[in-house]
Amino acid sequence: MAKNATRIQGFVFKGLTVGATAVIVAMLVLVVGNIVTNGYGRLSWDFFTKAPEQGMTAGGIFPAIFGTVALVLLMTIAVVPLGVLTAVYLHEYAKPDSRMARLVRVAVGNLAGVPSIVFGLFGLGFFIHFIGGGIDKVLLGGEVAWGQPAIIWASLTLAVLTLPVVIVSTEEALRAVPNDYREASYALGGTKWQTIRKIVLPHSIPGILTGSILAVSRGAGEVAPIMFTGAAYFLPYLPHKLNDQFMELGYHIFVMSTQSPDVEKTKPILYGTVLVLLMLTFVLNLLAILIRSRIRTAQRRAR
Amino acid sequence: MQSPSVVQNKPPGQQLSLVRRRRGRIREWMIERFILLNATLAIGAIVLIFVFVGKEALPVFTSPEVKEEANLSEFFLPQRYGPEKSPDFIWQPVSQRPKYSIIPLIVGTLKATLVAMLFAAPLAVAAAVYTSEFAPNWVKEIIKPTIELLAGIPSVVLGFFALMVLASLVHSIFHFTFRLNAINAGVALGLAVIPIIYTVSEDALNAVPRQYREASLALGATRWQTAWTVALPAALPGVFAGMVLGFGRAIGETMIVLMASGNAAIMSWNFGESIRTLSATIAAELGEVVFGSAHYHALFFLGALLFVVTFVVNLSGAAYVERLKTKLTGG
Repeated sequence: MAKNATRIQGFVFKGLTVGATAVIVAMLVLVVGNIVTNGYGRLSWDFFTKAPEQGMTAGGIFPAIFGTVALVLLMTIAVVPLGVLTAVYLHEYAKPDSRMARLVRVAVGNLAGVPSIVFGLFGLGFFIHFIGGGIDKVLLGGEVAWGQPAIIWASLTLAVLTLPVVIVSTEEALRAVPNDYREASYALGGTKWQTIRKIVLPHSIPGILTGSILAVSRGAGEVAPIMFTGAAYFLPYLPHKLNDQFMELGYHIFVMSTQSPDVEKTKPILYGTVLVLLMLTFVLNLLAILIRSRIRTAQRRAR
Repeated sequence: MQSPSVVQNKPPGQQLSLVRRRRGRIREWMIERFILLNATLAIGAIVLIFVFVGKEALPVFTSPEVKEEANLSEFFLPQRYGPEKSPDFIWQPVSQRPKYSIIPLIVGTLKATLVAMLFAAPLAVAAAVYTSEFAPNWVKEIIKPTIELLAGIPSVVLGFFALMVLASLVHSIFHFTFRLNAINAGVALGLAVIPIIYTVSEDALNAVPRQYREASLALGATRWQTAWTVALPAALPGVFAGMVLGFGRAIGETMIVLMASGNAAIMSWNFGESIRTLSATIAAELGEVVFGSAHYHALFFLGALLFVVTFVVNLSGAAYVERLKTKLTGG
């Protein structure tokens, strides 16, 4: 009797956990399925290559795609070297329990938790008003060229936001490089930097790549930090200077879904745009997951 | 170290290599400094965020003109907005008599966060228990990347989904007057929070030593009894830390609530009404505000408030995770 009760309890308990997992997976399927089925019909060559027309109720999203790519490219150029070198410091130079290393780690953890809208405020206050405004005042005699929303400021704001992503992935990759490699290099007379540059970093490239991909995927999806630092509702031209404004996929989605004069007419384009952004981030994330699982298998084998 | 006399006795070729070695050592030193400088950047970023958001929020305390419109008592205390009206909390910065009470915004933020946590925490923790205690390996290989994909959905896409699809679903179930309300925003927010709670809880469950479970099984406990009475309690600090981190994400999340909550600053605890959160207020109003006005500084004050709250929440969450790790690996 008691045994039976235990069995039933166990069955219910396990059933609940299975159910919760299924609910989560089902919700993901619901979100993705809804967007794919509604957005798929919209994808066409014209959609990818044309600019929005007739108040965003017709045409394509080329400027938004172009802007997003330019934005994350600039961001990557800024964040990857900085993130990789910080990880090198944490794993190769710092003593694990030194105060400095712990402080950097706390800062990285906290940076990852700062709300994205606060990054937007920071970008506006620091990059646009302080740095950009400073350049205008000192070098251009007050003419406004840099002290306004621009792609360079938006990408630098995103670089600060994605810094933790790159640092964490790179550090994991550095941890996976066997110590024997470093010792072999030292034994042959290699200096610390030579060892890092010629042995450790080349072996960490997959991990660094994972971090960069995750950073790009994160950066491409963030809207709040770029709303005030450079993204524009609509631009008749593509950005071609660092201080131009730009259109961006995520912001375009936000604008179309909340400020459209005719929601029903915008809907197909809107779904198409959401699908493009979702595919972009999913492909990037899948790539990162694949590379990382490969690294982890290799790591397990090395042990 | 070599003394100078030794150096002088060496043949010229070797002396050259010594010079080169010294030059190499200087280079190594410079590289090390450069990398250290780089590492301070993360600290610098946090400090700069604090300083620059704080700097723009400061006039709320110091500038007489700004204080006339927006000050601490306007923010937090009930105000009388007319001779015969009773004291009230209203956020309405653009009007004849600007009103800056942030209490409705805090209530809105808390309502959305509460719904998100009530929705996300049980699901995420139960799924973590399933993955770490019951699931066969091949199921794990599917669930983990799936939840990572969920984490990878941009918040603007979740906001869009909540606005277009979820809102209709919520409406057909609850029949609230307002299509966009706290429940709708909270559930969408929960979707963003689930991966965080799941990941941290799962890590915590995996960190529970295998011996605990083996001892329990050897004493005749079933697998679910082991999971419920041994593994989960041992991992509880980690599970709690995951919830704290999820909470931090939920209060700061912007795009989802901006699109799915209705954005009406209403002072009520009715979950069927529209809400306006702190983050959405900044996002919606900063674009149209006059640079340097009281409204501008008030929005930065909201940002500083968000920053400080999430900073404290994340710091305590991280500290919990850290303590758990040392307890389980070192103890």
